[in-house]
Formats: sequence, structure tokens, C-alpha cells
Amino acid sequence: MSASEPVVSLREVTKTFQAGDLTALQSIDLDVRPGELVSLIGPSGCGKSTLLRVIGDLVEPSSGEVVVNGKRARQARQDGDYGIVFQDPVLYDWRTVAKNISLPLELLGWSKARRTERVDELLALVELQGFGGHHPWQLSGGMQQRVSIARALSFSPALLLMDEPFGALDEMTRERLNAELLRIWEASGSTIVFVTHSIAEAVFLSSRVVVMSRRPGRIAAIVEIDLPQPRNADTREEPHFFELVTAVRDRLREGGLDEDRTAPDEGELLVGEGTP
Amino acid sequence: MAYAASAPARSSLRSSERTRRAALDLGLFLAVLAVLWAAWEAFKAIGEATGLRVGQFEVNDRTLPHLHDVVGILFEPSRRNGPLLIGVLWDAALFTAKEAAVGFVLGALFGFALGAVLAHSGLLQRGFLPYIVASQTIPILAVAPMVVVWVNPRLPEGLKDWGAVSVIAAYLTFFPVTINTLRGLTSVDPRALELMRSYAAGSWRVLWKLRVPAALPFIFAALKIAAPASVVGAIIGELPASIQSGLGGAILNFNQYYISAPTRLWATNLIAALLGISFFLVVLLAERLVVRRAPEHVA
Repeated sequence: MSASEPVVSLREVTKTFQAGDLTALQSIDLDVRPGELVSLIGPSGCGKSTLLRVIGDLVEPSSGEVVVNGKRARQARQDGDYGIVFQDPVLYDWRTVAKNISLPLELLGWSKARRTERVDELLALVELQGFGGHHPWQLSGGMQQRVSIARALSFSPALLLMDEPFGALDEMTRERLNAELLRIWEASGSTIVFVTHSIAEAVFLSSRVVVMSRRPGRIAAIVEIDLPQPRNADTREEPHFFELVTAVRDRLREGGLDEDRTAPDEGELLVGEGTP
Repeated sequence: MAYAASAPARSSLRSSERTRRAALDLGLFLAVLAVLWAAWEAFKAIGEATGLRVGQFEVNDRTLPHLHDVVGILFEPSRRNGPLLIGVLWDAALFTAKEAAVGFVLGALFGFALGAVLAHSGLLQRGFLPYIVASQTIPILAVAPMVVVWVNPRLPEGLKDWGAVSVIAAYLTFFPVTINTLRGLTSVDPRALELMRSYAAGSWRVLWKLRVPAALPFIFAALKIAAPASVVGAIIGELPASIQSGLGGAILNFNQYYISAPTRLWATNLIAALLGISFFLVVLLAERLVVRRAPEHVA
């Protein structure tokens, strides 16, 4: 696979669910290039989570072609080509933080020594040194989500799939984790596909924002985010950031957005400023 | 990061906190014991003073002996020039405990295996669950003689007689374990399953890495019901097996002399209850060691 070849390539992907003849996705064409961070944004029920699951071969498309790392999606899943992070951390209560992170490595048959070494690296990466021996319920929601990210990165997958990973967190924690995710993304060199319903989050994180329309889910527009890297708290105050937020919001409106879900982001933009 | 600071602090507090909790639990236990004891004696005193009748039975030392007499008889000879009653009952309890423990382990393993098999398909569940439920609607007293007749002739020398009793105890043990194993294995968080699927984990690994650990709280809830039940099963199983050495034998024996020595039967029941409680406590201890869950998820 050459460097320029897309990590994810979707051609004419359609998904219909039997029950109620629901068309969740219609004729989706999308390429995600290596090292990109692409956000999927849209009103609730637009099929963005379904699209993420189609890429991960957790949901089978009704028609169309899904290629990940130059392979069919199923083969890519079986080869461990991607790591996934859900909205809930989905940590195993009976395992310590360290053992949660090393679960995929255990399944891959890594030796104990290698696992321990890798877990230490990952704990440092997500800034949870010293918490390896804790159990998940002893951590805050944000810390749990960082454990879940470390677990997804444990086997260094080329692709990271994230399904509203910070959706359940408060705004301040979310902004901090946004910045942390960018740092991790740069350090790990992964390609990330990120589902969100927060416009500000999508603009802040992404190289490109894929705007999806209401059911049946189609790609309404793709907005290039040309904010310079590295991005930090100041980025959120630049005029160009607001222009891009407006651009994404306009595309969402054209696609028939759900006002209820996206409107609060405007207010959320200001929360946390000047607060320690 | 308020949680980050409080988590290590919590673990250092734990040992003194635990001692305090243990002292509190002991105090509570003694207080409730005192209340029950007082209620028993008060009922007896009022009943005797007023000539109160419970059904056909008048309240007197035969129908409702003093609790201190029940405890006191334990430290008297079981028969003229014989060993103390408590020694006799201790030996009987150990014998019954052996039968019950083997039965409990057999029943728990069988119950778990059955639950794990049924968890695989709704068809199996619909087909077999009615019979599994039916097995428990038949009184154990009706099943026990048949088990003795079937099992006993096939047992090796070391297990002769009491082995059949263990099978009867297992019969009472397996049912709650099967039902709860089935429930626990099938109520796994669907996203946890998606996660395992993303790792391309096969169903065997999903079973041992995810389903079984997730089901442990359910399984232990069943084991806590099953542990005392296995003691009951062993005691009842001794009757048709004509085993004299256990608590069942002792109960049968003292039952015959109830009119002349009622406190002996009461004392035997007390020991049987203590045996059941100690089985429960062993399971509780095992649960504490094995099940790691958020405090609010531990029963």
C-alpha cells in the first residue's frame, strides 16, 4: 500500500434495515487518506454511527464496497487494522485499568512482559501514570474514556474509529480531551474517523468535516478545515474558527439538520473560558 | 481531577474503615439476636401465663422450650455415660457437610455447564427449560429414594451410601445456578460484544474473557441460594439412604424421643442451621475474593 492510498475507501455504500424498510445510508462515497482526522457530523439518526460500524465491519452494508487498508472490511477487522472507541468507555469492571488496556494484546497472544511494557507506554500517552492498578469505577468519566482510547491504541492500529467518544462528558472535560486527542493523534500518526454531533468539536479536531443529511443518510457536504496545526485553546477564539463553525452549520441546515441537537454548541463554545 | 486525588486516599482508609464496619456488623448481629431471643422468651412467658394455644398446642416447655435449655442440652451427655451432645452433633454435622459440599460442587458445575449450553440458543432454552423447571417442582422427598436405588449400586466403595446423598444435594443445587448462569451469560452489554467482535475474538474467548466474568455476580447470587439448599438436600437425602451418621439421622432419632426430650431436636435443628449458614458464608467469602465490581454492584 502506497502512502497516498486511502486508509478507508467507501464506494456506493448503502444500508437498509429490514425492519420498517429504513434506509440508514444511501450511496456513500468517501476516501479517508492516511493521517487524516475526518469527522462525521449530522443530526441524530442520520446514520453516522452506522457508517462508522460499516467501516469497522460491525454492520454489514446492504450494497457497495468498503475497503480498509487496501483490504475488504472483514479482512481488515480480522487483521486487527482498527481500534474502536465508543461513547461509553465499555471497560470491564473486573479488570484493572492496566488489564483493560492490555485486553486486545492478550487476545493477540503478546507475552506478559511485552504487554506490561506497552501498557506503561500507553498510560504515559494518555497521562494516567500510576492508575494501572485501579479499577474502572474508581476513575472519573473522562479518565475512563482515556483508558478506552489507550486500549484502542494498544496494538497500534493504522485506523482509529471513534463513535461520539466525548459525547457523555461535560464541556470542560470534553475540550481538554479534544486537545489531548490531537496530541495523541500527532504522536501516534493514526488515521481517525470521528463521529460527533458537536460542530465545535468537529471543527476543532478535524482535517475534514463530513456533513451528513437527515435520513436517508447521505453526504451533504465536505468542509475542509484549514486551521493550522498545532491547535490549542486559542484556536477556538480565532475568527476563522468561527467562520468554519458557521460554514459547517450552514451545510447542516441545507441537509435538513435537527436544530435541537446542534444548536447548543453555539453556547457551549463559550463555556469553560476563564474557568480553571 | 477530584477523583484522581480521592482514589488512592480511599484505599489507605480501607483497613480502618473495614474494622469499624466489622465491629458494627457484629454489634448489629448481637442486637438482633438479643431481640429475637427476648421475643421468643416473652412469647413463651405470656403464653404460659395466659394459657395461650397455638393451634392444638399449648405453650409449654415441650412445644416451646427455653432457648437457654436448647443451648444447655448441647453440653450434657447425649445418653447415659455417653459423650456430650455437642460432640455427637459436631461429628454428624461434619458428615453431612461432606455430603453437602460434594453435592454443592457437583450441582454448581453441572448447573453452570447446563446454563452455558442453554445460553447458546433460544431453541434449546425453549425446548429444555420446562423440564428443568419441572425437575424442581417434584418434592425432593419423592425423588430421593429413587436416586438412592439408582446411584448407590454403581458407586465405588469409598462413596457407598453417602455418594447418593451428594447427588440428592446436587439436585437442589444445580437449578438456581443454571437459571442465573443463563441469565448472566446472555445479559452482556452489546457494546462489549461489539468490542470483542472488533478484535475478531472467537466465541470461546468471548465466553471466557467477557461472558463468564460478566456473569459472575449472577452466578454468585445463585450459589448463595444453592449453598444452604445443598445442606437441606443432604439432610433429607440421608433419610431414604438410611444413613445414621449425619444430621438427618440425628433428626430422625431425636424426633422419636421428642415427647420426653424435646430440646435435643431443637438443638439438632440449631446445629443444622449453623451448618447452612457456614456454607453461605463460605460462598460469600469466595464472592468477595473473586468478584471485582463497583461497590454499588456487589450484593
